[in-house]
Amino acid sequence: MSEPSPVERIKRESRGLRGTLAASVADPTTGALAEDDAQLLRLHGSYQQDDRDVREERRLQKLEPLWRYMVRLRLPGGVCSAEQWLAIDAIARRFANGSLRLTTRQTFQFHGIGKGDLKSTMAALNAALIDTIATCGDVNRNVIASSNAVESPAHAEVAEWARRLSAHLLPKTRAYHEIWLDGEKLEGPAEAEPVYGPTFLPRKFKTAIAVPPTNDVDVFAHDLGFIAIVEDGRLTGFNLTVGGGLGATHGDPKTFPRLADLAGFLPPEALLAVAEAVLTTQRDFGDRSNRKHARLKYTIADRGLPWFIAEVEKRAGLKLGPPRPFAFASNNDRFGWQAGFDGRWHRTLRIPAGRIADRFDQPWLSGLAAIARIHRGEFRVTANQNVTIAGVEEGARAAIDELISSHRLDAAERGGPLRRDALACVALPTCPLAMAEAERYLPQLLGRVETLLERHGLAGIPLSLRMTGCPNGCARPYLAEIGLIGKAPGRYNLHLGGDARGERLNVLYRENLDEGPLLEALDTLLGAYAAERGPQERFGDFLWRTQRIGERRAPAA
Amino acid sequence: MSANPLAGLPPLGTERLADLEALLAGLDPASLTWVSGFAAGLAAERARAPGARSLPFEAPLPAAAPSAKATVLYASQTGNGRRVAERLGRSLEAAGLAASVTSTADYPAKSLPQERLVFIVASTHGDGDPPDDARAFVDFLAARRAPRLEALAYAVLALGDSSYPKFCATGRLIDERLAELGARRIGVRVDADVDVEAKAGTWIEQSVAGARAELASAAPAGEPPRLAVVTPLRPVAPALASRDAPVEVELVGNQRITARNAERDVRHVTLALPERQFEYEPGDAIGVVLENPTASVDRLLELTRLDPSEPVTAGGATHTLREWLTGRREIARISRPLLERLATRSGSAELKAQLAPERSAELRGLIKTLQVADLLKRYPAGWEAAALVEALHPLAARLYSVASSRREAGDEAHLTVAVVDYRHEGERRVGPASWQLATTQPGTRLKAFVEPNPRFRVPGDGTRDLIMIGPGTGVAPFRGFLQQRIADGARGRHWLVFGGRHRERDFLYQLEWQEALKRRKLARLEVAFSRDQAHKVYVQDRLREHGRELYSWLEDGAHLYVCGDAERMAPDVHAALIDVVATHGKRSPEDATAYLGELAQAKRYARDVY
Ligand code: SRM
Ligand SMILES: Cc1cc2nc3c(=O)[nH]c(=O)nc-3n(C[C@H](O)[C@H](O)[C@H](O)COP(=O)(O)OP(=O)(O)OC[C@H]3O[C@@H](n4cnc5c(N)ncnc54)[C@H](O)[C@@H]3O)c2cc1C
Ligand SMILES: Cc1cc2nc3c(=O)[nH]c(=O)nc-3n(C[C@H](O)[C@H](O)[C@H](O)COP(=O)(O)O)c2cc1C
Ligand code: SF4
Repeated sequence: MSEPSPVERIKRESRGLRGTLAASVADPTTGALAEDDAQLLRLHGSYQQDDRDVREERRLQKLEPLWRYMVRLRLPGGVCSAEQWLAIDAIARRFANGSLRLTTRQTFQFHGIGKGDLKSTMAALNAALIDTIATCGDVNRNVIASSNAVESPAHAEVAEWARRLSAHLLPKTRAYHEIWLDGEKLEGPAEAEPVYGPTFLPRKFKTAIAVPPTNDVDVFAHDLGFIAIVEDGRLTGFNLTVGGGLGATHGDPKTFPRLADLAGFLPPEALLAVAEAVLTTQRDFGDRSNRKHARLKYTIADRGLPWFIAEVEKRAGLKLGPPRPFAFASNNDRFGWQAGFDGRWHRTLRIPAGRIADRFDQPWLSGLAAIARIHRGEFRVTANQNVTIAGVEEGARAAIDELISSHRLDAAERGGPLRRDALACVALPTCPLAMAEAERYLPQLLGRVETLLERHGLAGIPLSLRMTGCPNGCARPYLAEIGLIGKAPGRYNLHLGGDARGERLNVLYRENLDEGPLLEALDTLLGAYAAERGPQERFGDFLWRTQRIGERRAPAA
Repeated sequence: MSANPLAGLPPLGTERLADLEALLAGLDPASLTWVSGFAAGLAAERARAPGARSLPFEAPLPAAAPSAKATVLYASQTGNGRRVAERLGRSLEAAGLAASVTSTADYPAKSLPQERLVFIVASTHGDGDPPDDARAFVDFLAARRAPRLEALAYAVLALGDSSYPKFCATGRLIDERLAELGARRIGVRVDADVDVEAKAGTWIEQSVAGARAELASAAPAGEPPRLAVVTPLRPVAPALASRDAPVEVELVGNQRITARNAERDVRHVTLALPERQFEYEPGDAIGVVLENPTASVDRLLELTRLDPSEPVTAGGATHTLREWLTGRREIARISRPLLERLATRSGSAELKAQLAPERSAELRGLIKTLQVADLLKRYPAGWEAAALVEALHPLAARLYSVASSRREAGDEAHLTVAVVDYRHEGERRVGPASWQLATTQPGTRLKAFVEPNPRFRVPGDGTRDLIMIGPGTGVAPFRGFLQQRIADGARGRHWLVFGGRHRERDFLYQLEWQEALKRRKLARLEVAFSRDQAHKVYVQDRLREHGRELYSWLEDGAHLYVCGDAERMAPDVHAALIDVVATHGKRSPEDATAYLGELAQAKRYARDVY
């Protein structure tokens, strides 16, 4: 067994994730934290970043990077109340960069918070009964669950399971309260972590619950997944999925995106035990020396699924049943008003790349705040970076529609399927790992692709395009029909052939393209698609059938 | 003027005439007769040797030979006073008189009663305060138990800037106090404004003559004249670049070192130095000879509707008006004489009123915010080219603390320049020197010189600790200090106290200080950023906060340095230091003040403020 990675030492010596965080935050000579503390901060739900747009400029100015903090909320199932929305809105304006960022894992991120405002931010969240514990770092992250399933009565139940699971897998340390909320200081040894132990997990760990027919959460992309089995309106249990994950590293074949395996069926009441068994198995067998090889997907790929299932069953003290049948129709959101099973209404708004800000002609931040002021139901952040105004009484719809149109909140929705379903990760300027633009470049790129579609008479066809600034896959590009993965400024790898259900990985088609060649490649393929596609055949399926993306056979979906 | 008995004299420039008045004012009949005789002799002398005008006494006169020596003392912060004192010393020697030139810092005031003849050149700093090298000297004189000085003859040249409320306060104070103590004036005090030259020359001539008379009359009758034992003056190495002989340096970089959203543009200016000729040490300042920006000159020309090509003669030199305004006269900084002339020309009652002594603070405000063109616009008056040129001060070089050590920077000198660039009534205004340093293309050559500041040096003893207080551009010399100490392998600790508005915008050299902290070359870094929190915080607040440690450092022999703004920062910091010493040294405020005084005497508390 080779050397444990440095992060392992930091976790072990951190006294329950405390380290010297408090002192680091107080240090007036820098906007940064001590290196180890920056690592620990993640487990408190925040990342130290710098504004990469001014990084070089400031180096020449002999000034340190413009250190800023991204803060990610814990929002199981993506659900928040209208009051909470207003609290979040206030923080965005007061402490962050004046925008909110809806993420692909159903929560909010703030960007651009200064070190001096971290505590105030956490306190303000706490006042709104929200925390950021374990939304980042080597722990179980924010538990996500289908939000477009609000039509089924099972949904409430599923959302509740998401909450309970999130709570169950939460670290026990009080460090968060101590450091950010002036809770009393711990004397002596750190609290015990019955589930995690002193070094937590080898790597991040993500859990999702999907409610067919929607796979908006892309359940197969997660370490741990549950597919709700709803039989005649009742939630009878879950299919268990394990070992999904998308992150990879350019030019390192030992890293790869992987779809989760279907492992079996369990009754609802077994959910917590099984989840804990999966997590502790990964805790004990995951690779703690090489972080590039530390996710559950590699543990399973290396040791085999049968071994893993046996281990989980032993720990959970139960036998998994054979997976129950299910069918996913799509991994996208549905926009416009949807009737709920209980006669209430749900309105999902399209938020490109999840960025909610006040732009001169689109005052979305203010618009949603205005809605929150009159809305009596809740908000649901979707895993596609959109937001649903959920649980609206028939009589309240008109007023909300009024605010939607007066703030042009429906602007993006009108863009047609390509624009409605596209995803982009954050990338520049905040993401330290970005190799190319994503969020900021998406609108321009979509415009160019739309021109191609029109040229081939394909305007308005459903087509899923997702782009990221690096191969980590934060916008799940490996599951899109067209996946663009940043490699260098202005250059992307072109992946093709995903389905729109999150059940098939796409494949690398061309490397390192800048916009010209990229559009040319798409132009040719779309031309062929326009000419030869079958009825209802989607672009991704077409490419496999006509073997335009290699000899590989499309896995039966 | 017309009521003036001298008004009808042959063409003396009003300037010289004013000098003459000043010279004669308040002289007792005896001295007046002496002067008349002296003047006559002088006239004869010059008739004989016209070439020797500048040093009229080179040709030894058969008359009295000196028997005692003259002591020339200077109280000088930025070197003007030192230079005049040294010139006087040379002139005295040239006249065959024995003289020694000393800084008031190095002069044992106790020995004043033994002196026969003393010349004092004293500038004023802060808000009417003595230069740091004169604090002890002034305290000694001011003290109630100061010795009587009946035997002493003296003359004072006060250097100042008439745009300050307390013009020449220090020189004045010394002059009056010496009289009180029974010393005898041999010539009225002369107050020199920023263009020191205008009066220094005359004062030197007057003084040499006075010395001659004094020392001669001191020779006991009958005794054969002895030749003077001339104590050699500290040689000012002529090879080196000096204010009188600047040399060309190349500006190789002017990197902005404040963030794009900072209120102030501060530049890290890199000068490539010539092979030799340009020896500097951390603590010195570098003088930059600049020209006024064309835009500023044009604005002034338009406003006065004068012809730029008109030749104008002043002080014996002839140039076109544009040449005068571009390279030879201050058109950014306003001087009091200009205000006085303008008051007369414009006949503005308002301006006249403002010139009243009791409103000088107000006037200073005006001076600090208006440039010449703005002033002339506010108080319209007709100007002839010659009158304008005469009314304006000669363009002075600007000084910048050296921010590097040659041990680290090799043949470069680094400056930290805050750019004066602001709006006046919606229009852009810039400070000629700082703006040019910030905007000249790398590769450009400009004239510069070293302004030595021997009082502001790292201690010779490398084991001493350093406490360096330098908010804003005041941090510049400390960058040089640290480079020097690291290069010397000094083992003493370093404590830097820096201040600014926002940590993220104007933390000058932040990366370098952080690096020094990491490498343990900087033991402590205290910062005060006034606008990063609701309540304002300044360096003096940090000094009080960390008073205990600060005092214990001092007790352990640390050297204390303060650099930067003189108007507010320096006094506030001084007050804070008194508090710290009083609180943690369990002393009364008076004793605490004395404690700091002793530190200054021991060269352990040095300031370089501007
Ligand atoms: C905000 C978000 C993208 C978005 O546009 O919504 C995001 C943003 C970041 N991700 Fe991610 N990831 C986000 C979902 C994902 C997903 C999608 C998912 O989980 O469904 C993936 C792929 C699935 C997976 O985990 O394999 C993903 C895989 C990564 C990886 C690669 C992990 C790996 O196993 O290789 C990293 C890098 C790492 O962990 O070392 C990463 C790291 C990051 C960081 C924190 C960069 C860093 O480590 O410093 C990014 C912060 C950028 C910024 O400025 O906000 N993010 N990240 C998503 C936040 C989700 C949440 O609320 O928690
Ligand atoms: C010993 C010594 C060391 C020094 N070291 C440094 C150093 O390290 N770094 C440094 O930057 N400077 C330093 N200075 C100051 C420097 O010498 C200049 O005085 C400064 O750069 C301004 O010169 P300037 O020609 O640019 O502008 P000036 O000619 O001084 O200014 C032009 C005129 O503009 C007006 N004015 C200026 N600022 C404003 C304003 N904010 N609002 C309204 N009106 C205004 C005033 O009327 C002023 O007279 C030092 C000075 C001394 C004596
Ligand atoms: C920060 C500062 C403060 C000054 N304060 C005064 C003052 O209060 N009164 C005055 O007459 N001159 C004042 N002056 C002008 C100087 O006395 C003048 O520049 C003089 O020529 C300096 O001579 P030195 O170089 O020998 O110190 C001040 C100069 C500076 C740089
Ligand atoms: S995919 Fe890469 S660039 Fe995009 S947010 Fe994730 S880590 Fe950053």
